Amino acid sequence: MTSYKADRSIKWRFSILGVLAGLALLAMAPAKAEYADVIINNYADAAGMRPVVFPHWFHRIRFRCKVCHADLGFQFKAGGNKITMAKIIDGKFCGACHNGEVAWSVENCNMCHSGIPGTPTHIHGSTVQRLVSPPYKALNAPQQPAQQ
Amino acid sequence: MKNSHKRTRGILIALLCTVIAGLAFAQKPEVAPPLTPLTADGVHDPENPALPSLQNPEESMATFPKDRRGEVQWVESLNQGVITPRKFLTGDSGEGEELKELDLDIIMKNTAQMPHVRFPHLAHTRWLACKNCHSEIFIPKAGANPVSMEKILKGEYCGRCHDKVSFALWACERCHSVPHPGSPPKWW
Ligand code: HEC
Ligand code: HEC
Ligand code: HEC
Ligand code: HEC
Ligand code: HEC
Ligand code: HEC
Repeated sequence: MTSYKADRSIKWRFSILGVLAGLALLAMAPAKAEYADVIINNYADAAGMRPVVFPHWFHRIRFRCKVCHADLGFQFKAGGNKITMAKIIDGKFCGACHNGEVAWSVENCNMCHSGIPGTPTHIHGSTVQRLVSPPYKALNAPQQPAQQ
Repeated sequence: MKNSHKRTRGILIALLCTVIAGLAFAQKPEVAPPLTPLTADGVHDPENPALPSLQNPEESMATFPKDRRGEVQWVESLNQGVITPRKFLTGDSGEGEELKELDLDIIMKNTAQMPHVRFPHLAHTRWLACKNCHSEIFIPKAGANPVSMEKILKGEYCGRCHDKVSFALWACERCHSVPHPGSPPKWW
């Protein structure tokens, strides 16, 4: 009798674990952002600004990939270009266009800084790679203590 | 004895539940509901006063050609002239890397039972410069790159762009487009 009870409670405990794991996956499930949106948040959160949302769909309607990824030197890596406002104002990265000539200028902070605070740097791609590749680590994430 | 047997069964059932629940939840959002309004996409801050000034995907892309999964078919959009993205910063000429179209298909046959892969240079060189791929991602020599599905899933080779910005891996047939005698009818 008691052993049966204990067994049931174990079964329950594991079922609850199962549901929790499912819920964790649900929480991990991607937001419904448009495919290829990039959230850039190496420094913004820490500086009290919203993270930046870069919409690929909007820009690829207007420019071939090569304009940004060959001519302007954006590397194929979300968060990998270490973009800062100083560089943008200096005409690099987003600043090559968001300068009041090719596109509206940097004064429009909230047009770029439009993400939900706390959203980590990532590209909103398909689920396949999300399940396979390790989560992205922000540049300013605390370093793992070195293994002895 | 019997007790431990029962326990094992309990654990197995629970594990199965976990896997099924996990799969059900993980599979569902496989296709991001396309053209979600920015206020509800879970990425844009609804409190942002500038949000109404941003364009909703629906406004521009509702009528673009789509693939089997309802994703925008960017190759067709460009070929049909639905979009005319600039080749240079300020227009179709200017300073920068030349965008020269190359009509060269590479057939990749190391695909086990799947149809062979046709890699079309043309579709790529309408968007990308040679320099974007050669030679950092691919050595420009047929058969010289040890591409495999596993590496693509890990984000290497084709997976540098596909599944992130270019069309997702779920659409097997867009790459595996050359059937051969050993390939079964479409099952995916
Ligand atoms: C064209 C898009 C764009 C506009 C407009 C823009 N930013 Fe940024 N900003 C960025 C990007 C991209 C980053 C890098 C984000 C990161 O990695 O966290 C950034 C980073 C920052 C940072 C943190 C890093 C740093 O350089 O100090 C601050 C603070 C910041 N922006 C403030 C502003 C303010 C204030 C305005 C308006 C005057 C503004 N931004 C307008 C794109 C933009
Ligand atoms: C207007 C500029 C612009 C255009 C046009 C553009 N991109 Fe990007 N791309 C970016 C920016 C910005 C990032 C993020 C870089 C960062 O966070 O440092 C990025 C990131 C990427 C990444 C990295 C994703 C990852 O794995 O982290 C890929 C791949 C990519 N772009 C592919 C493309 C392709 C393919 C096209 C053409 C269809 C394209 N991009 C067009 C600006 C652009
Ligand atoms: C190659 C030029 C180019 C680069 C580089 C570029 N943009 Fe843009 N961007 C544009 C143009 C053109 C527009 C449309 C301007 C207009 O409508 O007047 C635009 C519009 C936008 C919009 C508004 C989209 C909407 O819904 O209206 C955002 C947000 C944006 N850019 C963010 C960025 C960020 C962040 C970066 C850098 C990571 C960046 N852009 C780099 C050219 C560029
Ligand atoms: C972006 C293009 C692309 C897509 C999409 C794609 N594949 Fe592949 N696949 C490849 C390439 C490239 C190879 C390697 C061919 C070679 O080296 O000759 C490959 C190889 C394979 C192989 C051979 C074994 C291996 O692991 O390399 C199998 C099986 C396979 N793919 C199955 C699939 C299935 C199933 C899907 C859809 C869910 C799919 N592929 C979607 C490009 C793609
Ligand atoms: C999207 C990436 C991409 C772009 C852009 C690209 N290539 Fe390639 N190229 C490839 C791949 C993939 C192969 C096949 C490699 C293999 O089979 O392992 C290849 C193969 C080649 C080969 C070898 C063909 C053979 O028969 O051995 C040449 C030459 C070549 N590319 C030239 C170019 C030139 C010139 C451009 C620019 C006009 C260019 N490529 C643009 C991906 C690209
Ligand atoms: C540097 C980025 C990049 C790499 C690497 C890349 N592609 Fe692509 N590919 C693109 C872009 C951009 C398009 C245009 C369509 C889109 O964005 O969805 C495209 C389109 C295609 C198409 C055309 C589909 C159609 O319906 O006409 C095929 C097929 C394809 N890619 C296969 C491959 C294969 C196979 C590889 C690896 C051997 C590969 N690509 C590597 C960027 C890339």
